[in-house]
Amino acid sequence: MQLTLKIWRQKNASDKGGFATYPVDHVSKDMSFLEMLDVLNEELTEKGQDPVHFDHDCREGICGSCSLYINGKPHGPLQTTTCQLHMRSFNDGETVTIEPWRAKAFPVLKDLVVDRYAFDRIIQAGGYVSVGTGGVPDANEIPIPKTIADLAMDAAQCIGCGACVAACKNASAMLFTSAKVSQLALLPQGQVERKTRAEKMVAQMDAEGFGACTNTGACEAECPKGISITNIARMNREYFSAVVSSENL
Amino acid sequence: MSWVTKTLKSTLGRKLIMALTGLFLILFLTGHVSGNLLLFKGDGGEAFNMYAKFMTTNPAVKLLSYLTYISVIGHVIYSITLNRLNKSARPIGYAESGAFTNSTWSSRNMGILGTIILVFLAGHLYSFWFQIHWGDVPIVTYAGEEYKDLYSVVKVAFQQEWMVALYVVAMTFLGFHLSHGFASAFQTLGLNHKKYSPAIKTLGSIYCVLVPVLFASMPLYIYFTS
Repeated sequence: MQLTLKIWRQKNASDKGGFATYPVDHVSKDMSFLEMLDVLNEELTEKGQDPVHFDHDCREGICGSCSLYINGKPHGPLQTTTCQLHMRSFNDGETVTIEPWRAKAFPVLKDLVVDRYAFDRIIQAGGYVSVGTGGVPDANEIPIPKTIADLAMDAAQCIGCGACVAACKNASAMLFTSAKVSQLALLPQGQVERKTRAEKMVAQMDAEGFGACTNTGACEAECPKGISITNIARMNREYFSAVVSSENL
Repeated sequence: MSWVTKTLKSTLGRKLIMALTGLFLILFLTGHVSGNLLLFKGDGGEAFNMYAKFMTTNPAVKLLSYLTYISVIGHVIYSITLNRLNKSARPIGYAESGAFTNSTWSSRNMGILGTIILVFLAGHLYSFWFQIHWGDVPIVTYAGEEYKDLYSVVKVAFQQEWMVALYVVAMTFLGFHLSHGFASAFQTLGLNHKKYSPAIKTLGSIYCVLVPVLFASMPLYIYFTS
């Protein structure tokens, strides 16, 4: 296949940036999207040009490192991570537009790489449980009903890639934050910090400059892990009940 | 900052205000459309005028009307602050957008729809609400008691094609606003559960068509029958 790539190039965080166009030939349909970019970068390097910077790590769809806003959608046309997207999802001769995630809280560092530490700071604010040190606890020491364990696991599938923020018209991080609030709020181990967690994580999410939710459902539709917006409703319940009943003034 | 101010300043707190005021306005619309069905009675406006007097003089209704004014103002103010916050969260937009593939048009344009409805509301309040309170409305007498003849004001207004067209178009926008707003308010309140969310969504789909259609049929009925 032959493609025309329209890629956002930006030297550094303070550079204005702009689109550059690259024609690519001999693209195999079986290549992953990132492999296609690897080939482009080989060519650019051989020509002595700066390769296109993009985030990636496991390339197995489990780490949440890869991003890219491809043809108007986070992670491209399929509901999966960019590393699991293959060139068979594109047509020969197509122009593919590749942009970085766009959000005030996710500043562009270089080309397609954005700073997603805002998510880490939300986790630091309350996305943890107190752990008792000592011996390894026995299996099934804490009974958890299967239905609840399933809901917690569904929420825990969030890989923190930021596609929800990228998809949302308000650059809201509520799907991410709510998944993290939910996975712990549902389980007995998460009860100790439950109220404080909801309050602190929401406060941090706001402080990072993410937008509010309009319930458009775009995040859920684009999430590579299929995180449901029922988690956002749960976070709202957790937060509203926490603010009226927690000991934090 | 007290915990109350902190909560109301948070994104979730602001959304809570939007949801609560929105739901109250949905209740108001239900009452408004039900009462106005008296326009279809065909009794020369007697029942409608008596209803209008009750609605403008009863103390309990007065209290509700103040709540409605507060809800409208609150809904508008909070939508503006939220909109500004949301816009600032993405200072640089995308060159290409596939938003139409993952969300409904109404859900992405609640601000525009709401603004159109607000402009319509200003005109609507001037045409009827202002007139019955402070305007020069003729007086009619039923069973020895005097009533303001609001029905005649309504009748005169809806004999003009442009007014009828304006109302029908405005109700279409209201329908789109409600098509997202109804279920969205429940989601914001945290009421999303497999047991009752399908019912809320169905109710919302019926409501967003039924209420605007009933409202729009009133000017059409008056225009074609008088």
